[in-house]
Amino acid sequence: MSLNIIVLAKQVPDTRNVGKDAMKADGTINRAALPAIFNPEDLNALEQALRLKDANPGSTITVLTMGLPKAAEVIREAMYRGADGGIVLTDRALGGADTLATSYSLAQAVKKIGNYDIILGGRQAIDGDTAQVGPQIAEKLGIPQVTYAEEIVDLADGKVTVKRRLEHGIETVVAPLPCVVTVNGSAAECRPRNAKRLMKYKYAVSPSEMAALSDDRKAMVEARPYLKLNEWGADFVEADPQQIGFPGSPTKVKSVENVVFVAKEALHLDGADEAGIENLIKELITNHTIG
Amino acid sequence: MANFYTDNADLRHHLNHPMMRKIVELKERNFSDAEKFDYAPSNFEDAMDNYERVLEVVGDICGTTIAENAADVDHEGASCSGGRAHYAGPTVKNLEVCRQAGLMGMAMPRRLGGLNFPITPYIMAADIVSRADTGFENLWGLQDCAETLYEFGNEDQKQRFIPRVCEGETMSMDLTEPDAGSDLQSVMLKATQKEDGSWVLNGVKRFITNGDADIHLVLARSEEGTKDGRGLSMFVYDKRNGGVTVRRIENKMGIKGSPTCELVYKNAPAELVGSRRMGLIKYVMALMNGARLGIAAQSVGVSEIAYREALAYAKDRRQFGKAIIEFPAVAELIAVMKAKLDASRSLLYECARYVDLYKVLDDISKERTLTPEERAERKEFNRLADALTPMAKGMGSEYCNQNAYDCIQVHGGSGFMKDYACERIYRDARITSIYEGTTQLQVVAAIRHVTTGTYKQLIDSYAANEVRPELQSLKDRLAVLTEMYEKAVAAVVAVNNTAYTDFMARRMVEMAGNIVMAYLLLLDANRTESFTRSAQVYANLAASEVTRHAEFIHSFDPSQLDIYLAHE
Repeated sequence: MSLNIIVLAKQVPDTRNVGKDAMKADGTINRAALPAIFNPEDLNALEQALRLKDANPGSTITVLTMGLPKAAEVIREAMYRGADGGIVLTDRALGGADTLATSYSLAQAVKKIGNYDIILGGRQAIDGDTAQVGPQIAEKLGIPQVTYAEEIVDLADGKVTVKRRLEHGIETVVAPLPCVVTVNGSAAECRPRNAKRLMKYKYAVSPSEMAALSDDRKAMVEARPYLKLNEWGADFVEADPQQIGFPGSPTKVKSVENVVFVAKEALHLDGADEAGIENLIKELITNHTIG
Repeated sequence: MANFYTDNADLRHHLNHPMMRKIVELKERNFSDAEKFDYAPSNFEDAMDNYERVLEVVGDICGTTIAENAADVDHEGASCSGGRAHYAGPTVKNLEVCRQAGLMGMAMPRRLGGLNFPITPYIMAADIVSRADTGFENLWGLQDCAETLYEFGNEDQKQRFIPRVCEGETMSMDLTEPDAGSDLQSVMLKATQKEDGSWVLNGVKRFITNGDADIHLVLARSEEGTKDGRGLSMFVYDKRNGGVTVRRIENKMGIKGSPTCELVYKNAPAELVGSRRMGLIKYVMALMNGARLGIAAQSVGVSEIAYREALAYAKDRRQFGKAIIEFPAVAELIAVMKAKLDASRSLLYECARYVDLYKVLDDISKERTLTPEERAERKEFNRLADALTPMAKGMGSEYCNQNAYDCIQVHGGSGFMKDYACERIYRDARITSIYEGTTQLQVVAAIRHVTTGTYKQLIDSYAANEVRPELQSLKDRLAVLTEMYEKAVAAVVAVNNTAYTDFMARRMVEMAGNIVMAYLLLLDANRTESFTRSAQVYANLAASEVTRHAEFIHSFDPSQLDIYLAHE
């Protein structure tokens, strides 16, 4: 059975190794100081998509990303790892979107794609950490959602079986297709870039990137249609101007505070013998530092 | 997220050597594959960009998955049961990641599923892999065997086997036997031709790296009644056909993730590769040269990780109120480690480039007749590669052992404990100067290039380069060393005694190596300023080594040779 799979991906600033200039004075992220990367949990989602494709030859993986035109890099990155193609949803009118406007815009794009069996995305993006966009898309499309997925165990007969990683254990659920599945960072790591695909797709460009190319490179892209990435605007996905960008975003940031963690209480454990070490381990497990 | 390619600017320097243009243009046959394959480059810059990007993938996989698994692989090791060898769990993961990344069959032509990379970037990948996990480099590097199949197999064999290697199936080279180690002429594994013309193999092989591989190249005695190398042929055995079991795997000191197998062949079906009787004389020689270059790369990777571990520890460890790297005795250790690393790496890539050039001309000669000029070039490049390969393997492996030793020394008492990577590096390093020919055998292969003047010719060609004014005094020093080398060689040759020449061989080969590497670093420094420090440090080391050897040779009374040769 061949599947039409959509993977939602986001280009995010790399907040994992932040320096002191990572935040601006007003408390917002200084995107210029941080390298733009593929949101880590979206890579976990891509791997689940690739496994579905491995198990169901002939399947197609389309990556959908919303952002600046340079988010085309996310599409290329996904193609190096096995995705078939992608769409950059980009438009000035989409800028400044909160999760409500973002999920609306992406849902409109998904409707435009039309034919899909399953939508996969990361649990959350490391810049906003909301974990809201995936579930909201499912709501707007009127389809089921499975969150905190760790593994797609099976997909057959119009149903998908998913292992979920929850706070106190693992839950396996079955959902009818089509549905949205958001994937945890604890899921299998994404496979690496493939050398041949990397060399094949390295010149893939979106229309706005193409405009900046030399004539030689333009001719090359024209001669090789697989190098053309899709770029869609708000009008193309028939988005209501009132529901996108700033106008569609009811969220207002009142203030941003820098939170410094300080120890409120301290516990002294004697680690001189086995029992002491065991107590320490128990304590660390109890407060979720490990385990 | 460490990336072992992008965090090491020295690699990019070597990849971008001026000679690469010629190599790439020949290898890509004027970029004619671009019409046929969507991943083929359309010009030189495009090809170089491909190498960089793919090496970045190698660096990424190595800096994350493979390096992170290295300690677990070493701890768990390979195992053997039910007649089969089993990799450690993390090794399976490493292989899978390499397969997914399409890093097997890198140097194979595209029509057989490969990436058509020259040897130079392929060897660079080996250098990077070895830094991450030295033992894993063996499994990965055995894709070299595909090169031998490509060179000597028939078209049908190439079509059947090479695409499988490119898809990630592993290989082994089954040469050694209990009574045939360095002396492969004594191989006894029996190849019998049946009435229908097919062959079966019977006998035992020992010390076979990755001996439970999917596809094996096997050296066997096809000519009954013969006793020397001329009765040996090469075969390809496909594990799918059965007939070979793993009796045991060795319990080794290092490279524990790479299973070293004792194999029992019982009527194992196999196919002849190339012509009968050419197995050892021609094919294994070619195979070994490729493998030696691979071990040279593995050695450089070990030197790299040893240097990095030592440097990090020396900066971190504080004694007497300061970081220990502030003490001249430690600083010198680290500087010399880096110089040996840089010297052996420069030699490695110099060698790889000549291997590239002669192999590509050889390959072209199968498609069309070479011009007389090209034929002369092929011969010359082949000779230079033959001269540099044993030097790179011999000295590179000795240097990585020295660096592993010094890495522990920098760590002090902590280095003797199992807590730091240096003890694993030390154990992993030890085999490099033994397998694929011991250092002593590399000297045997190299010595004729001392006596026939190949090394001197190379040195002269390096000396012909103009260097920046601030490097001139360094260059002048090397001219003095060259003179000392020539005099020492002349003194040994004048004695006109084979045993005496053998006795002095290692000294002379090392002198040549010291000078070759010193010049290569000088030229590196001339092209990229950051090499200046290593060029200076290595020149000091080379001067003391060359002087020491020269002194030994000149003050040695040949009649004393008997003292050394006497044994109880």
